[in-house]
Amino acid sequence: MKITVDQDKCCGAGTCVLLAPDVFDQRDEDGIVVLLDSSPPAALHSLVDEAASVCPAAAITVSSS
Amino acid sequence: MTLVVGASAAGLATAEALRRKGYTGPLTILGSEPHLPYDRPPLSKQVLSGSWAPDRVALRSADALAALDVDFVLGDPAVHLDVVERAVHTASGRVLKADNIVLATGLRPRTLPGQPTLRTLDDALALRERFSQASRAVVVGDGVLGAEIAATARQLGVPVTLAGPQQAPMALQLGPLVAAQLASLHTSSGVELRLGAAVTSVSEDGVLLETGEVLPADLVVVAFGSAPATSWLEDSGLVLGDGIVCDSRCRAAEGIYAAGDVARWHHETLGRLVRLENRTNATEMGIAVAGNILGADEPYVPVPYFWTDQFDAKIHVHGFVGPEVSVVEGSLAERRFVVRYHRDGELTGVLGWNMPKQARLHRQDISLRCRATVATSTPGAA
Repeated sequence: MKITVDQDKCCGAGTCVLLAPDVFDQRDEDGIVVLLDSSPPAALHSLVDEAASVCPAAAITVSSS
Repeated sequence: MTLVVGASAAGLATAEALRRKGYTGPLTILGSEPHLPYDRPPLSKQVLSGSWAPDRVALRSADALAALDVDFVLGDPAVHLDVVERAVHTASGRVLKADNIVLATGLRPRTLPGQPTLRTLDDALALRERFSQASRAVVVGDGVLGAEIAATARQLGVPVTLAGPQQAPMALQLGPLVAAQLASLHTSSGVELRLGAAVTSVSEDGVLLETGEVLPADLVVVAFGSAPATSWLEDSGLVLGDGIVCDSRCRAAEGIYAAGDVARWHHETLGRLVRLENRTNATEMGIAVAGNILGADEPYVPVPYFWTDQFDAKIHVHGFVGPEVSVVEGSLAERRFVVRYHRDGELTGVLGWNMPKQARLHRQDISLRCRATVATSTPGAA
């Protein structure tokens, strides 16, 4: 799994952090997403998929490679 | 076969969650617009301002949609639902039958003949063109959409007046303290506010207020509310009342569910029917519906959340505003703060102004059990 985030699209909702705090964080100053782990272990894949789907700004993209 | 009626955020989220949770059967998404799923929050901001090319609002890449294995039927509005046969009839004459049908048709804006509004991508592009020619605009409507449109117009350099019946923009969603701060932001940024007076009529020359004042304009944008898009369901036998009325599982009838702006469901924690018009609810409710279609049998009990960006302010609201307000981080003067809203000593909501992360960290303290009504929440669900 390979994750990319689009910081220009991110609205700072933090829904990804609520779901997968080991993978995503937010910048303190403006809440924009910070990717902590772009290739997380398999145990986290389903949570990351859900985070990408639930992101209200469609700022998270997950690819299989 | 599962049929999702509505090709926007809620419909897409339902389809994605069905696949994620292991549903391998046929899946169709029926959309009234000709477009593949796109995002609406940027329409009044990045698309209207022109800072984003229109294709940037696409919710998913072509590859991601292909992997979803969904049959998209677009540009064909649903016109009738047969609950017994579990079939949807479309404007072009299609009849789509399914074991489960998800209704996610969203909202229809209230309009005035001849005046532009903003709900769809095509609306946004048309309005952008109108703004490029306008010498004086009036936005009628002091809710989220009206305030965002006015802010974007001002940033485009268009002289703009915001009119509406509330004392301050978004007073209903923000409460008086923060709404006053938003009014101040608009005024200092060059938006003329004419609030606290109902609009009597709109003509080609401008807007007439109940006070007798005329607001001259060569462009009047209407943003004064919307209604659930349920007119096509009136002969269906479903219970309608400010949306499609659903049980706590988002179910309107056997095999028929609703998600997003159009759905009014029994929120078990709040102990009453709720309908939410926000982006996050569209997605979260779609996920809840997918789970219940596949047998989860779980109530949908979200903490509401929305955000808005206007000028330099990013405002995030979790839960509900309450009558008691306290600033707990930052300050109004530095235009960076978190406020907590209370009712009867319980935290009902949190708002961040340019402090999204800090506001989110207060979210877990919110109690939705703030009404006298007895809540019947499933343990662990809220």
